[in-house]
Amino acid sequence: MDFSFTEEQEKFREEVRQFLEEELRQGLWEPICDSWIQGFNPEFTKRVAQKGWIGLTWPKEYGGQGRSAIDRLILTEEMLRYGAPAACHWFADRQVGAAILSFGTEELKREFLPKIAKGEAYFGVSMSEPGAGSDLASLQTRAVEDGDYYVINGQKTWTSCAYLAHYFYMVARTDPEAAKHRGISEFIVDAKAPGLSRIPMIDITGTEAWSDLFFDNVRVHKKYLIGEKNRGFYQILHQLDYERSGMERIMGNYALFEAIIKFSKKSKLSQEPVIRNKLAQLQIEFEIGRLLGYRVASVMEEGRAPNWESAMSKAYSTDFEKRLASVAMEILGPYGQLMPGSKLVPLRGLASHSYLGSKGYSLQGGTTEILKNILAARGLGLPSS
Amino acid sequence: MRLTLTEEQEMLKKTARDFLADKCPKKFVKQMEESETGYSTDLWQEMAELGWMGLAFPEKYGGGDMNFLDLAVLLEEMGRACLPGPFFSTVVLGGLPILDVGSEEQKQEYLPKLIRGEKILTLALSEPGYQNYDASSVTVEAIPADGNYAIKGTKLFVPDAHIADYLLCVARTKPKNGITIFLADAKNPKINYTILKSIAGDKLCEVVFDQMPVPRANILGQLNQAGDAVQKIIERAAVAKCCEMVGNIQRALEMTVDYAKERKQFDRPIGSFQIIQHYCADMATDVDGVRFSTYQAAWMLSEGLPCTKEAAIAKAWAGEASQRVIALAHQIHGAIGVTMEHDLHFHTRRAKAGELAFGDANFYREIVAQEMGL
Repeated sequence: MDFSFTEEQEKFREEVRQFLEEELRQGLWEPICDSWIQGFNPEFTKRVAQKGWIGLTWPKEYGGQGRSAIDRLILTEEMLRYGAPAACHWFADRQVGAAILSFGTEELKREFLPKIAKGEAYFGVSMSEPGAGSDLASLQTRAVEDGDYYVINGQKTWTSCAYLAHYFYMVARTDPEAAKHRGISEFIVDAKAPGLSRIPMIDITGTEAWSDLFFDNVRVHKKYLIGEKNRGFYQILHQLDYERSGMERIMGNYALFEAIIKFSKKSKLSQEPVIRNKLAQLQIEFEIGRLLGYRVASVMEEGRAPNWESAMSKAYSTDFEKRLASVAMEILGPYGQLMPGSKLVPLRGLASHSYLGSKGYSLQGGTTEILKNILAARGLGLPSS
Repeated sequence: MRLTLTEEQEMLKKTARDFLADKCPKKFVKQMEESETGYSTDLWQEMAELGWMGLAFPEKYGGGDMNFLDLAVLLEEMGRACLPGPFFSTVVLGGLPILDVGSEEQKQEYLPKLIRGEKILTLALSEPGYQNYDASSVTVEAIPADGNYAIKGTKLFVPDAHIADYLLCVARTKPKNGITIFLADAKNPKINYTILKSIAGDKLCEVVFDQMPVPRANILGQLNQAGDAVQKIIERAAVAKCCEMVGNIQRALEMTVDYAKERKQFDRPIGSFQIIQHYCADMATDVDGVRFSTYQAAWMLSEGLPCTKEAAIAKAWAGEASQRVIALAHQIHGAIGVTMEHDLHFHTRRAKAGELAFGDANFYREIVAQEMGL
């Protein structure tokens, strides 16, 4: 075992930090929780792209840098540590690119990967439906062949990055006769396609980060099918393993962690034994989550796709984020309930925002219950029910 | 970063696992718990011949020249097998401290014998009353007498003292800021032992020093200045204990998953019920959290990096996570698991002993708090 980073990796971390420090110094944005979901900032995405930091691990021929999984771990860890507004490119960089690389045609790779890497193509991920959440395979949205096109009809919900996205990565049923896991395909849909409309969802924090999408005879050329027709569900499983593979969950509300520790020190509340004990416990729990996340990166670095390891890491980490938000609220007392923008609000409202947001952390990208099913079945070999 | 074992470590792990599966079945563990000495001299010699005692010591003393991370792998397997006996005491609490701070003469005298399996060592640190694992709370005195020292007082929870040849005794040599480690002859008639009946059936002793003389030459390290050395001993012992705990709870998890696959109720394996699956998933997550935090600290010790915070995180987490793992193991095993005919109790009893050894989660949370600058 070797828990160290190489000198080059440490240098890269320093470079990322300096970049973000400079951004902060210029007052270009403020650290927020969930910055990778809610921090929409096209200019920031453009500057990150100019550094070559979108598609970092992709082959150079597709606009990537051919760097290692560990380098990407470092990059994302620092983005999250600083609460940087990376939501415009996050989903495309993290999972859509990986899906196109794994299953897409050469044409798709050439069309989309360089654009994503330049920070010019934002992707929303559109999988869930009103009747298909954890049981994604029961989705009803249909894609029917019509010459060189598929015609898509149906409703999607919880689509990420929706109001800025140029494209949606979406899944639809292509064979209604087949068993439900075996009749699903993945598509890339242009956000401006005729027949596609959007209604924003306002989440419990009051933020517009998600949308309902309505497909009304939306025509998609067959070349925008990703991978094999009707094999979509199996491709999704692979892609979801990547979705859960990063440090997003253990560090999604890191800005609050840092702020509450600073606040407790400054107010001397950290000398109270009960608060001291709780903060130390959070630090311990954070470290455990960090290591479970590193293990996933280590698996990818060995050239294996992440599997139950990322389910474990995400299930653990969303629990941590909830505890962090709760402890922060306890420490702040009645001030904790003040929302961002309020008179007297402490920590810029990071605590109340994250407390509310944290209720969804263990639902997005696979509920904790589904993740534990995955860990039990794939990791421990327990029989299916 | 690479969070897997090297090929050599995998080999060591396999050798140790096979050897212990053969030589240390639970029947043997039970016999040793019930015996007076708590270990088998035959097995002890075989372990020495395999090079286990010397694994982490330099070649010039007869050791295997491997590092603490390699030792961690071995300790994990010992924890898995619930191996009884004085390996931990001799190597972690006795030998490595001598290697840290002993004079060349002391190393030459003690280490080769230890490595050959001829001598057993242990550490006398804790005392009656509140257990604070630091040197500053030591009250047992070593008083200068005729150019030598006389140790007087009671040490508690000293593992394997009844069979030890040498005791590393941490004593006060100055009322304030004067702590010294003595290498004491454990067979001296001025020492009295009582074996305490402990939850894990390991041999924790009360050790009473009745003005026991120790020559000045047997001071280990510096007179009055052993504070840092003691700190290092405790830190390393805590991490080494975590290594045993990783093996212990990993095995408890495996036993539980196997049982859940076999045991049928309502005409199906209980492991097909979602609640049982989620219990097992929680156990696996705790086991891996203990594993990686432990190995992170072990790696840092191995590299000679300061790791007070990481060691504290590992021990705090190992203590509480292992209790959760064991509680779920029992819940899934059902009533058979709370009998003496099933093997789970070995793991249960040792997990509790491990949690208490060298400081529990409350103790280490305070250290983490200090390291955070709270």
